[in-house]
Amino acid sequence: MSDASKPATPQRRSLLQSLEVDTRLLGMIGAFLLVCIVFNLLTDGRFLTPRNLFNLTIQTVSVAIMATGMIFVIVTRHIDLSVGALLATCTAVMAMTQTSWLPNMLGLELGHPMIPWISIAIGLVTGAVIGAGQGWLIGYQGIPAFIVTLGGLLIWRNVGWYLTDGATIGPLDKTYILFGGINGTLGATLSWIVGGVALVAALYALFSARRTKISHGFSVKPVWAEALVMGVVGTAIMGFVAILNAYTVPSRVIARNPSLYGCETAEGCVASYGIPYSVLLLIAVAIVMTVIARRTRLGRYIFATGGNPDAAELSGINTRLLTVKIFAMVGVLCALAGVVASARLGYHTNDIGVLDELRVIAAAVIGGTALAGGVGTIYGAIIGALIMQSLQSGMAMVGVDAPYQNIVVGAVLVLAVWIDIQYRKRTGAK
Amino acid sequence: MSAPLVQMKNVSIAFGGVRAVDNVSIDLHAGEVVGLLGHNGAGKSTLIKMLSGAYKMDSGEIWIEGNKATINSPRDSRDYNIETIYQTLALADNLDAASNLFLGRELTTPMGFVDDSRMEAETRKIMARLNPNFKKLKEPVSALSGGQRQSVAIARAVYFNAKILIMDEPTAALGVHETAMVAELIGELKKQGLGIFLISHDTREMMELCDRVSVMKNGQMVGTERVEDVTEDDILSMIILGKNPKEAA
Ligand SMILES: Nc1ncnc2c1ncn2[C@@H]1O[C@H](COP(=O)(O)OP(=O)(O)O)[C@@H](O)[C@H]1O
Ligand SMILES: [Mg+2]
Repeated sequence: MSDASKPATPQRRSLLQSLEVDTRLLGMIGAFLLVCIVFNLLTDGRFLTPRNLFNLTIQTVSVAIMATGMIFVIVTRHIDLSVGALLATCTAVMAMTQTSWLPNMLGLELGHPMIPWISIAIGLVTGAVIGAGQGWLIGYQGIPAFIVTLGGLLIWRNVGWYLTDGATIGPLDKTYILFGGINGTLGATLSWIVGGVALVAALYALFSARRTKISHGFSVKPVWAEALVMGVVGTAIMGFVAILNAYTVPSRVIARNPSLYGCETAEGCVASYGIPYSVLLLIAVAIVMTVIARRTRLGRYIFATGGNPDAAELSGINTRLLTVKIFAMVGVLCALAGVVASARLGYHTNDIGVLDELRVIAAAVIGGTALAGGVGTIYGAIIGALIMQSLQSGMAMVGVDAPYQNIVVGAVLVLAVWIDIQYRKRTGAK
Repeated sequence: MSAPLVQMKNVSIAFGGVRAVDNVSIDLHAGEVVGLLGHNGAGKSTLIKMLSGAYKMDSGEIWIEGNKATINSPRDSRDYNIETIYQTLALADNLDAASNLFLGRELTTPMGFVDDSRMEAETRKIMARLNPNFKKLKEPVSALSGGQRQSVAIARAVYFNAKILIMDEPTAALGVHETAMVAELIGELKKQGLGIFLISHDTREMMELCDRVSVMKNGQMVGTERVEDVTEDDILSMIILGKNPKEAA
């Protein structure tokens, strides 16, 4: 961080510097914690319960998945207003595939084990094709992304309606709805194992990054700082698993079928939900998107094009094709988000994903993505989505009426951008 | 004498009604520095942008080392070992020096991921040679001074072993000390056998650095002379009057 002009106490500066942590990341986590604490006070401790945090997590997934793709769009100075509508078309296709097309046309009976996977595959292809088409209009035909995706918003919302004749489609496949959240979780033991694996992987990544730096003779942070970072990361991972595991299945649910939870009888049977599959999916998406952003040529070209499109072009980067790729990626992510959203409801509904485009863009912006292009992080988008969702569920818990909720969310969005602008001015960052 | 490194023959390009470059021919040999002079808007940048692949010429031919070349994109130009330092620095401000230096030609690990550590190490090496004061390797280039940004652009051209180097006003944004450094570098590269097209407004500097100078006016070539055959006044009158006094004489 270039903070030459930032008046800060020398100790604090040197601490942050030796830790080499992203101050912006700290700021966002701080904002999230603040929201949590305020709502916890307002709700007499009902906000920071395992149950609410579990619900908050699964409610965030769909928007967060799309927000990771919106980062690339905004970084390259475009916008995508069609994500919510595209999600609806994808869920319409996936719902029709599993309830009607596959059973009626191919004769796969309902409940056939291949049905969910074929549906998801078709949904992903649908998202990719539509996204790529929009990207082609933007990249190769030069129509502004704002217009193409504004048109897309109207088109795909109603293509979804047309495919289903406006009807609610469902119930959806039993395996498919496992991606919705509470219906599909790992349970306590597997969750601890996943947490353990993640912990080892994270520590290994930190360690090997240090080794690479040393092998090139670059400076590394002091060992105590490295250990502290590792400690914080480890605590965060295991703490997250502990929270999700602390939410136990209600006894009336266990009573319905105790054997599902490894018990003979419902008496004295305790079972945790653990990590939902949808959250695993989000984590996988986040890792893949971060690797693309930081470690691949594609990601490098996305950020270079965002920083200076002419320079990218003169460096031999095909910025038009890049636009197609980015919008195709967003299409795929809309389909994945659609899987989670429709699985959570158990149905495809007409209004699925309505206003998601605004939530997704807000998440990206609250997460520090600059609309001027060139700047944005995947983790920022996810934390942004989490902050948005906490605000909304927090206000719902406090009993704020829906119109007031929207007023607050709108104000927070503007405030977040203002804070970001001030931060950039202070640090001299672009 | 072997075939020239570059021959541009009767090249023209127009933007709308403006004939930015009109039937211009110019050549460049290995180990030679050819200067391009002329008022703003004379067509110098446009001429070399056709060689660097940024613009497609309307008519004319480009020959590289005796063979007819097809240059339709910056990538094509690079394939002929042509490197360009553009007048408006073609840097992505949000990326660090190494990412800019290797933009479009990233070093990768065996797995195909970009190898940032190796690129940073290479950047350190070449910067140690070109600009030993260059220290801000981790920061986005927007945080660098004009001179430091210019050294990133130059490093980028030098690193990839160009045979033909195009420098469009490389010293315009630089201080005295940095300008001297660029001049020294040009001499060194010339000794290594590169051919260099140099664009500058500083006639005196051009007389020192170049072997030949070409003067353009209104998209046309006024004339090309060896520097030892002309005086600074001759050049100035070519720039201003658009006529070659030696031909008139
Ligand atoms: N991309 C472009 N579009 C339209 N006109 C251009 C473009 N590039 C250059 N020109 C015009 O071509 C002429 C030559 O410009 P340029 O080559 O930049 O001059 P110089 O580099 O000698 O100052 C000018 O009249 C300029 O306005
Ligand atoms: Mg120019």
